[in-house]
Amino acid sequence: MHEMGIANSVLDAVRKESRRFPESHVCKVVVRIGELAGVDPEAVDFCFEALVRGTSWEPLELEIEFCPRRYRCCSCGHSYAAQNDVSACPACGGTESQFSGGDELELAYLEVENGAGLTGT
Amino acid sequence: MERVSLERKVLSENERIAAGLRARFAEHHVLSLNLISSPGSGKTSLLERTLESFDPQDRVAVLTGDIQTENDAKRLARFGFPVKQITTGGTCHLDARMIERALADWRLEELDLLFIENVGNLVCPSSYDLGEAAKIVVLSVTEGEDKPLKYPSIFFKSNLLVLNKIDLLPYVPFDIAAAEDNARHIHRDIDIVRLSCQTLEGLGAWLAWLDGNRQRSRAAAS
Repeated sequence: MHEMGIANSVLDAVRKESRRFPESHVCKVVVRIGELAGVDPEAVDFCFEALVRGTSWEPLELEIEFCPRRYRCCSCGHSYAAQNDVSACPACGGTESQFSGGDELELAYLEVENGAGLTGT
Repeated sequence: MERVSLERKVLSENERIAAGLRARFAEHHVLSLNLISSPGSGKTSLLERTLESFDPQDRVAVLTGDIQTENDAKRLARFGFPVKQITTGGTCHLDARMIERALADWRLEELDLLFIENVGNLVCPSSYDLGEAAKIVVLSVTEGEDKPLKYPSIFFKSNLLVLNKIDLLPYVPFDIAAAEDNARHIHRDIDIVRLSCQTLEGLGAWLAWLDGNRQRSRAAAS
């Protein structure tokens, strides 16, 4: 269980970033979590909520974009999300493919509301 | 409402320290390997068999991580190589800062191979870069052959899969070919070694894998 540390890193990033916008209020932080990141999105969400509850960050929302394991077909170039029981390209049936994503653990963006007073501490 | 783009890793602080470690390992030509598995898959046993096969003059060291106890360090120190225990006190993985601290009083120029034995856990250690040249995942035949599908992250990020405890294959319903297929499904180019730390079957293949990587590391240095 390392999701509390992940959630804390997300909140830290929000804290640092929000100093650039002292007159604004951060409403939402969007994080991308890949299937191969080794992180349980629901647990991150739970931990983040626990970190924010009762603080001046409330009601800061965490939105998680889940990114499935993805491949690009070497024959036809089609990009597709992988299934555990199928490895062929769903477009042309080709079996040669290149990994193209699914290991993300990234901060995507913040949504801030202007002029709503100071952000949390 | 305004959008402020961030576009960086969540664990950017860990990545920064890991990049520093990787640069130091490269500067001193140290091949560092991060061993990861469930608790009880045989990481420490594999290191015991490995260390006992080395020449006493070999420039090898081990960092071993656990939540509590110095037991693994005691087991590994018997072979005369530098060994240090990292007790995390509850944390389920090693992170780059723990490695940086543990290495503070070691001279990297006196080493050319560093094993990092992670805390027994197939999930969390996969998220933390330790500056290693390669991750090695150990899976024992008393576990399920579908583990690569259940825990894809670590199989995807590892260069080598060690299938351990193959001496127990006659006694357990483990389909070793299916386990290998599952691992390759997640990571097509993963190297695989089957071995037993009891009968020593397959140990040669593991040592050859190590040797190949040490030679590549030395060649890159010269």
